[in-house]
Amino acid sequence: MLCFKVMRNFSLWSSVPLGQLDSMSGVVAQYEADDFPQKVNLGVNTYRDNNGNPVVLESVTKALQMVREKKLDNEYPPIEGLQSFIEAAIKVGYGESYYAKNNKNIAGCQVLSGTGAVRLGFEFLNKFVPSGTKVFVPNPTKNIHPIIAKMAGLQSQEYRYFDPITKQVDFSGLSEDLYSAPNGSIVLLHACSHNPTGCDLELYQWKQILDLTKQKQILPFFDMTYQGFTSGDLEKDAQAIRLFTEAGVPIILGQSFDKNMGLSGQRTGCLSLVCSNEKEKLIVVSQLNLIARSLWSCPPVHGARIVETVLNNPELFKLWLCELRVMAQRMKKMRVSFTKALKDIGSPHDWSYISKQFGMYSLTGIGPAQIKELIEKYHIYLLNNGGISIAGLNESNIKYVAQAFHEVTKHNFI
Amino acid sequence: MQKLQLLQNQYNPTSDDIFYHIVQAPPDPIFGIANAYKADTSSTKIDLGVGAYRTDEEKPYVFEIIKKLEKEIVNDPTLNKEYLPIEGLADFNKGCQKLMFGQNSPLIASGQIVTAQCLGGTGALRVGFEFVKRHIPGDVYVSKPTWSNHNQVIERAGLNQFEYPYFEPKTKGFNCAGTIECLSQARMGSIVLLHVCAHNPTGVDPTEAEWLQIADVCKKRRLVPFFDCAYQGFASGCIEKDVFAVRKFAELGFQMIVAQSFSKNMGLYNERVGAIHIVTSNKDISARVLSNLKIVIRTICSNPPAIGARIAAKILTDEKNFNAWVEELKTVTGRIIKMRTLLKQELDNLQVPGNWDHITRQTGFFTFTGLTPEQCDLLTKQYHVYLLRSGRMSMAGITSKNVRYLAESIKAVVQKK
Repeated sequence: MLCFKVMRNFSLWSSVPLGQLDSMSGVVAQYEADDFPQKVNLGVNTYRDNNGNPVVLESVTKALQMVREKKLDNEYPPIEGLQSFIEAAIKVGYGESYYAKNNKNIAGCQVLSGTGAVRLGFEFLNKFVPSGTKVFVPNPTKNIHPIIAKMAGLQSQEYRYFDPITKQVDFSGLSEDLYSAPNGSIVLLHACSHNPTGCDLELYQWKQILDLTKQKQILPFFDMTYQGFTSGDLEKDAQAIRLFTEAGVPIILGQSFDKNMGLSGQRTGCLSLVCSNEKEKLIVVSQLNLIARSLWSCPPVHGARIVETVLNNPELFKLWLCELRVMAQRMKKMRVSFTKALKDIGSPHDWSYISKQFGMYSLTGIGPAQIKELIEKYHIYLLNNGGISIAGLNESNIKYVAQAFHEVTKHNFI
Repeated sequence: MQKLQLLQNQYNPTSDDIFYHIVQAPPDPIFGIANAYKADTSSTKIDLGVGAYRTDEEKPYVFEIIKKLEKEIVNDPTLNKEYLPIEGLADFNKGCQKLMFGQNSPLIASGQIVTAQCLGGTGALRVGFEFVKRHIPGDVYVSKPTWSNHNQVIERAGLNQFEYPYFEPKTKGFNCAGTIECLSQARMGSIVLLHVCAHNPTGVDPTEAEWLQIADVCKKRRLVPFFDCAYQGFASGCIEKDVFAVRKFAELGFQMIVAQSFSKNMGLYNERVGAIHIVTSNKDISARVLSNLKIVIRTICSNPPAIGARIAAKILTDEKNFNAWVEELKTVTGRIIKMRTLLKQELDNLQVPGNWDHITRQTGFFTFTGLTPEQCDLLTKQYHVYLLRSGRMSMAGITSKNVRYLAESIKAVVQKK
């Protein structure tokens, strides 16, 4: 009988270095471990109500009830996911009238939220665009965008987006950088609620980017994680999508229902590509399936069944719109109140940019030393890049946070 | 050049430009069969394609314990509905370790097992191979034959693959000598993909003595075992016995990778419930490995879906639930074993030419029938019996009502000149 032991002091994994992740994960862990009663989490990445609690939407609860009553089985969905979900997601993403005319040309695939959309989308593009085509991403953007591009085999490059001095979009920088990009480049654009800055483009700026897109044969890849969650209005938040698609520009769209339906734990998203005709759409879907099969075989259905129910049931859809408005309006209110509180305290800095922005995030320019002081002295947790999540603010903590911000920044220019 | 030209013309509304050059991808060999079966309107059609369990009424089956626990979870207001950590639900991961390595495995206590929740078996394989590519890149040896998606996952992860001669067509058994020979020629540090039990598609598993031989050649050539476990419970009917290979290799001190799926044994196909385990030599290295595994996961899906893992965790960490699950699993696997016996009986009664012993000798979901691709095509086109062209038949699709028709159809295609 064979009897032996493998050498125990040999390590297969000895050359594996410690992996560095993005700014989010460490903050959450620290906050959780803190037992200071007035602690504030401004790194929270999902919505909180005015009591600082996560919210389960009523429309979602009702939809889940309806899904459960159907007593569906647990069989494998198709590789591309639930068709009814894909159709509903495309409809809300592209708008009813565009959908009515063009839905046969839109290749859609259910994915694992926004990350899954970017991963599948980039892998697809790497396979089919001319080799050497770069992805241009805004500076700054979600940490994972350039990392996923690399994993998918695409080179990425930044275009100027955020001016840290004015705390607004550096539009001339953006235009220059996109204008000097090679023709046929892929450009990643945040449709609304730019993460991490909170700075979104105005309609006239989108129009100029549209012109640039046509001139340079750019392939626009929209990351739309916050539709409805930004302004409370689904159409307004998707205005860039409407503009580009109505102009006949074929776009790529990644959608997520994590935030706008509070379904973050279920990972529900959709990747879609506008094709020239139905035949092409079927071909593109077949190729997306080939890639998805080796990533996850098929997506999880729980969240998709819920989303599809909300979007297709008129009563639930109406209820959801109300709930979206409540969330968006609360965040807007916090922005305005926070700016006012800082002004009332007598801060020497101009914080008005915060009230002009929409959605979850703002990039404050607060530096590492000040971030450290905010944590250690005031138990207020920001993201490592100085970003704040507006959802972490509420009527009970806003004055405390404003006071703390004032204390750490009154002598420092930011 | 042509592609660039096409891109430059892309906003001409009458042309098919950007995706013009893209060709139709072939349908997935397994999902494609499922689609064809769905489209077939014949009343005698039988689905022996995809590995998904069916009851004797040809219906999909949701485990009773799953229904019960899903209800509990949905109605629990205290449960956090938010993002799971990147590596998934802690309870689920712990439960997976115990199921795979044993309740009292010293490797769990010593922190030598790095575990992360993944998107079913496919998700675990992809994460595992991406990790391999980044940190211990080498050639991957896969069994000939293997599950068709293995080849795609390994290719997409950017690794080279070679085959080891697993199945011996003459005996319809495991080709131990051929496998050992092939692996002993492998470059040092290569990775060997091994099916833990109920080999897909052949249903043929190494014996315990043969596993020791495989371990021996892995040690000699410093090969990294990468186990794929999608059918724990379906091979012998005993969940501990079915993971003998993993536990033995662990006991022998191997550092290795294990992909674990709950699609079949918990019937959670559509919620994508799986896990990856990486066995290291100490907990400091485990911490480094986990941090890198998280990066791989983060760039595929950020963090995994919650509901399936919550259900599985309730089974894996509660004795009462666990026992209820094991009992139900026995019923499910028992039916498949019964169908094997029935089919063999029918084939014998009809005196179908050939030796059909392998039908009851092979284990798990599948039988590698030995039918040729042409015979399989005929079975499908003329008799509406859907199986893979490799001859792989999913036994879970056989029922007491269709088994005779199946045997008659097999007889017809085997006897056809």
